[in-house]
Amino acid sequence: MAIGQPDLTARIGSLILKNPVLTASGTFGYGEEFAALVNLDRLGAVVVKGISLKARSGNPMPRVVETACGMLNAIGLENVGAERFITEKLPFFQKIRTPLVANILGDSVAEYRTLARRLERESLVAALEVNISCPNVKKGGVAFGIDPDTARAVTEAVRKEFTRPVIVKLSPNVTDITVIARAVEAGGADAVSLINTLLGMAIDGETRQPRLANIVGGLSGPAIKPVALRMVWQVARAVRIPVIGIGGITTAADAVEFLLAGATAVQVGTANFFSPRASEEVVDGLAAYLRKQGLESVGELIGGLIL
Amino acid sequence: MDQPGQENATITRTEQLTPDIFRITVRAPGIAQAARPGQFVMVRVADAYDPLLRRPFSIHQVIGPDQVQILFKVVGKGTGILARATVGRELDLVGPLGRGFHITRQQPLCLIGGGMGIAPLLFLAQRLCQVPEKPEILVLVGAGTRSELLALARDLEQLGLAVRTATDDGSLGHHGLVGDLLAGLDRRARQAYVCGPYPMMRAVAGQCRVLGWSCEVSLETMMACGLGACLGCAVPRGQGDGYLHVCKHGPVFDAQEVAWR
Ligand SMILES: Cc1cc2nc3c(=O)[nH]c(=O)nc-3n(C[C@H](O)[C@H](O)[C@H](O)COP(=O)(O)OP(=O)(O)OC[C@H]3O[C@@H](n4cnc5c(N)ncnc54)[C@H](O)[C@@H]3O)c2cc1C
Ligand SMILES: Cc1cc2nc3c(=O)[nH]c(=O)nc-3n(C[C@H](O)[C@H](O)[C@H](O)COP(=O)(O)O)c2cc1C
Ligand code: FES
Repeated sequence: MAIGQPDLTARIGSLILKNPVLTASGTFGYGEEFAALVNLDRLGAVVVKGISLKARSGNPMPRVVETACGMLNAIGLENVGAERFITEKLPFFQKIRTPLVANILGDSVAEYRTLARRLERESLVAALEVNISCPNVKKGGVAFGIDPDTARAVTEAVRKEFTRPVIVKLSPNVTDITVIARAVEAGGADAVSLINTLLGMAIDGETRQPRLANIVGGLSGPAIKPVALRMVWQVARAVRIPVIGIGGITTAADAVEFLLAGATAVQVGTANFFSPRASEEVVDGLAAYLRKQGLESVGELIGGLIL
Repeated sequence: MDQPGQENATITRTEQLTPDIFRITVRAPGIAQAARPGQFVMVRVADAYDPLLRRPFSIHQVIGPDQVQILFKVVGKGTGILARATVGRELDLVGPLGRGFHITRQQPLCLIGGGMGIAPLLFLAQRLCQVPEKPEILVLVGAGTRSELLALARDLEQLGLAVRTATDDGSLGHHGLVGDLLAGLDRRARQAYVCGPYPMMRAVAGQCRVLGWSCEVSLETMMACGLGACLGCAVPRGQGDGYLHVCKHGPVFDAQEVAWR
């Protein structure tokens, strides 16, 4: 490796990424929406909008509202469904040199299993990210991600069907996130990613109505970064598999904090909306930071928090 | 469709048209060249986390080869910050975005604007006036009061277009809704281009349907990205289930494509 060119590669199970910067699901569409604004080839991976077996139309509007240094969304997991994803959205990834991570969601263990089996056949899907923040229909709508047993059951089902890396994406809306992290590790996850959005709400004092039609929604953006960082730090100490840090990451300085807390890689989410080149800028900034610190590889930073 | 770009656009002019209506002109060559009437830009009002999201604004005019103008009303934090922007400052813009008005050969044309809905209609009127055989264009403009209406209609009148007016308080033109003006027109079928507050567009779209006119409307919703990525800007489809996305499928729609609530 040439002097002054730090090694940015990151490893998630068997997948080797050219750098540890991914885009977060639901904030980067299916990749192509950003092609005119970002050099997609420079990113570690693109995580696409969550896919379910059948198309979902999502929640009524308003679906998004800005809050202090953040936003609430209640999109309702609108997506084109697995088959249209495969025929219409996947082929775009033949044109770029960055791997695709497919984010999947379901309302039963069987749906997750079927999705994993179907996507196993698509070689352009480099890894799966399993969103377990969805309501489990069989368990009365309680999210898979808040119960360690169901979180583990989903992970095992996907693991059996999918041979490439399986990342399980954790919900922060739990009392102890390390319990869920350990459960999915035991279920065979190659990595965990966290955090998904924090449940929140906003009210219009003039009309006395909730600002979201769905009443409650998921909080994201810089406002949630301290919470995400704390959870990443806790989980990184509780599991042996790689942790992917998510939550308010906008700049390379933010990414550095997550790496120091123990993350192997990071995802840029809401920042893509207000700063479409944010993910690419995090890659550049990370390389500059490593050079300045005299480090040869990003790996030297991981878990480097000094207590 | 042309691809959008991100540009650091230097402010070349700022104008205050009424106590709360402002106009900002910026140098943004990429957007100026690609823009079509009805498209919009996403503006980063401050290099800060609060306000966090970009704000959408219609392209009001393209001036010369490289300048773009937005017209806006102060309604909250973001527009308040924009109103204080000064010449020489850079504004971070993404655009041009969305699908604009469909320029047809059908005649005559009727542009109907309510309040800030006039913003995209000036650009449309300018482009329509450049069509080789200039079509017959009638403009109907509604606003709250006389001063606002004068500020909004002035540039349209300078294009030499016939402008009819209505104000909510009766201080200028017809005392009432802009849609009321449709009743006084001759019976020829027209192509209508409409932008304004939602209830006004719903009413005018309904009138057009009864009259047998084709009608395009420019819708507004909350938007987080403007790029078709967040799926936050959904409006229900007119036929069938599901949603259209204002930033990608619109903001201009055929009035029949969307369900009116
Ligand atoms: C495609 C499109 C084109 C637009 N063009 C223009 C234009 O040319 N001129 C103009 O004055 N305004 C335009 N708007 C509306 C403009 O985006 C909002 O007025 C602006 O975002 C308000 O920002 P704020 O921070 O001042 O208000 P906030 O403090 O965020 O909110 C104040 C009020 O404005 C409403 N609002 C906030 N954001 C939006 C939004 N994205 N869309 C609609 N309403 C919103 C809120 O519900 C609230 O009632 C357009 C909107 C869209 C979607
Ligand atoms: C509009 C929007 C849509 C999202 N959709 C999904 C989704 O489909 N699947 C998922 O796992 N996470 C989804 N997320 C969560 C993000 O991927 C991310 O975990 C969260 O926003 C926190 O990161 P951020 O603060 O950087 O945005 C969505 C977030 C937003 C803002
Ligand atoms: S504003 Fe994000 S999809 Fe339309």
